[in-house]
Amino acid sequence: MTLVDPELQTAAKPPYQLSPQERKFIGWHMIVAIAALFVGSLFGPLQAFEFSGLNLYQYIEPVFKSYYQGLTLHGVLNALVWTTFFIVGFTNLVVIKGLGRPLSHPKINLVGFWVMLIGLLMAAAPLLLNQATVLYTFYPPLKASWAFYLGLTLVVVGSWIEGVGFYLSMIAWRRDNKGVRSPFIAMAGVVNAAMWQIATLGIAIEILTMLLPWSLGLTDATDPQLARTYFWFTGHPLVYFWLLPAYISWYGMLPKQAGGKLFSDSLARLSFWMFLIVSVPVGFHHQFTDPGVPVVWKWIHAVLTYSVFFPSMLTAFTVIASLEYAARRRGGTGIIGWVRALPWNDPSVTSQLLAGILFMFGGVSGLTNASYNLNLVVHNTAWVPGHFHLTVATAVTMSFMGISYWLVPHITGKKLWNPKLAVAQAWVWFVGMIVFSNAMHMLGLLGAPRRTPLGEALYVPEEWEGHLLRVSIGGAILLVSLLMYVLVMLKTAIGPKADPADVPEVPIAESMRHPQLTPTWLDRFKPWLIVAGLLVVLSYGPQLVDQILNMDLNSPGTNFRPW
Amino acid sequence: MTDLDDRPAEPDLPEPYLEIDPYEKNWMRVSIVLLVAFAAAITVAGFAAGFQLPGPESRVDPRTLLDTEPWKTPGVFEVAEGEYEAYVVAQAWSFSPLEIVVPVGADVTIYVTSSDLQHGFKITDTNINMMVLPGQVSKLEYTFDEVGEFPYLCTEYCGQGHAAMYGRVTVLSQADYDARTADTEATDASGSEG
Repeated sequence: MTLVDPELQTAAKPPYQLSPQERKFIGWHMIVAIAALFVGSLFGPLQAFEFSGLNLYQYIEPVFKSYYQGLTLHGVLNALVWTTFFIVGFTNLVVIKGLGRPLSHPKINLVGFWVMLIGLLMAAAPLLLNQATVLYTFYPPLKASWAFYLGLTLVVVGSWIEGVGFYLSMIAWRRDNKGVRSPFIAMAGVVNAAMWQIATLGIAIEILTMLLPWSLGLTDATDPQLARTYFWFTGHPLVYFWLLPAYISWYGMLPKQAGGKLFSDSLARLSFWMFLIVSVPVGFHHQFTDPGVPVVWKWIHAVLTYSVFFPSMLTAFTVIASLEYAARRRGGTGIIGWVRALPWNDPSVTSQLLAGILFMFGGVSGLTNASYNLNLVVHNTAWVPGHFHLTVATAVTMSFMGISYWLVPHITGKKLWNPKLAVAQAWVWFVGMIVFSNAMHMLGLLGAPRRTPLGEALYVPEEWEGHLLRVSIGGAILLVSLLMYVLVMLKTAIGPKADPADVPEVPIAESMRHPQLTPTWLDRFKPWLIVAGLLVVLSYGPQLVDQILNMDLNSPGTNFRPW
Repeated sequence: MTDLDDRPAEPDLPEPYLEIDPYEKNWMRVSIVLLVAFAAAITVAGFAAGFQLPGPESRVDPRTLLDTEPWKTPGVFEVAEGEYEAYVVAQAWSFSPLEIVVPVGADVTIYVTSSDLQHGFKITDTNINMMVLPGQVSKLEYTFDEVGEFPYLCTEYCGQGHAAMYGRVTVLSQADYDARTADTEATDASGSEG
């Protein structure tokens, strides 16, 4: 009895092409995502300009009431909506193209999308009406309108429902392809969905048991410490939920785009399993300065955070090795010189390469944040947004932009409008972010708080001023890049249908070794899910039980609306 | 989820095995050594050298906080020769007290809590950085070895007045501190006479 070889199979028949319905469905995710990125990012420069005293909020005050309302919209739309809708849409694509067949229950995913969309609209109303100016961490006892909490819950629940659609498709495929390694990109997409499902339990419990009843007037007060513990249970794995789809592209697609192959299928899978098990039990590293968490638990989570750095180190090696292989095939030479032989004229490749370069710096500042007592120097300073603008706003966002440079043409059947402008857009973002994030890191080291309109703050010493100006300049450059991106997307979407030969295919990289040579333990969900669950119980169980048993709902907040 | 069954592998393929490139093996070793070194460094710095984070101190009821000692009368108190305790209340949108004055070399234990929202308490140029939560007391200790002013800023968003929420630690030379103390006592005395 011989096995069906996926490669021979694909050689025998052309790869599965997305149906018009599937293209439309993925496209709707992209429309919501890119619209959220556009609107949310318009507020970023307003904050950046405020730092050097140019407060544009006063001119838009009839609509947007404050710096903080703008900051809330910036955080929610960019960090939560752009990412979640893009990721779920992209996961539909990698599961369908990876498995080479339609979703097993596409109606489930359709329901999931609608739930997400209804949730988004429900949360958007109070956000726009200044009834939820609580920033994207919504720490109680800042009290937003109930519609904000319920809307957010629906977005998460909708993403779970789509996740179920992915699991069922994977289960059905494995039933029909016994003994065959599941295709890497599909497996990785499902791993991310599963990790997200475990991780979001924290925020779901926070909202459903504490914030929603309180905002509806059913309870009087909150326990802010317990709320923070719930929130950060979700809050850190959230960053891996953002990052892993970028890794799917870096491992499973970028090598193909660069003209090479995935260096190691086994280690690519290993790093995804490691992310599944160690993404969640690290949340206390966001609570190092919290009064209500014992130091020993903070220390345990600090060490576990170092372990989650390991799969990123694996990724750095495998991705760079894959790219070097591609570059040498293209005639690249030299120890570093091969980099020049990569296809820098391809905006999708350029955007993702630049994303990866800045991510190395984001990784270093992230290690600093996670380093227990070193965190005292940077906690809640401008360093932190400096850090995550290198990660979520560059590594993730530039990768997603890069993906959209082939994905949007692919699903619309168009040609990318003005690829040269798209390449320039990536470089402008890269430069703007270097200026912006370097200045933010410096401000943080000097002690400038985050989430603060430093242009109006009364305590700003002279030595901050040069950095504040550089934040504004970086913000202006990023705004230019954003407009370039949205222009390219719009012109592509409204452009004429292209000759099918000119429409980009979904790039799926082969691995250097046949995937059937990857050990079976790297293609099994059950053992890794069990380990993930166990680690969560061990690392969070005792503290959660303790904090819940000692819960004291004694914090009602202010008797006036504080914003 | 379906497990892969144990049917024989494809005849022309060898048995699956984990192959790791020698360079990548070395890279993994270096990564592990680096991360273990970092973990050792923070452990020694935290638990042996005393660069420690805040941990559970005590809990309070924010609804009655301002009627309860010591939060009713926040301020700095000398508890032993060269040792001080400072009690700070954070409230939208100011700290009480606005200034903490100590002599150089003072070993100050700072206790902070909030009567309303979440706030932050970070003293510039020191390792004092704490979340301030209603219901919880945050505590850290610091020795002020330099004369000067050290602003403390609210580092967590707490509403419209957040950017105006700050105070300062003023560290005086021993002579200035003694003079100031004498002054304050004299003022207090004349105040009570008047």
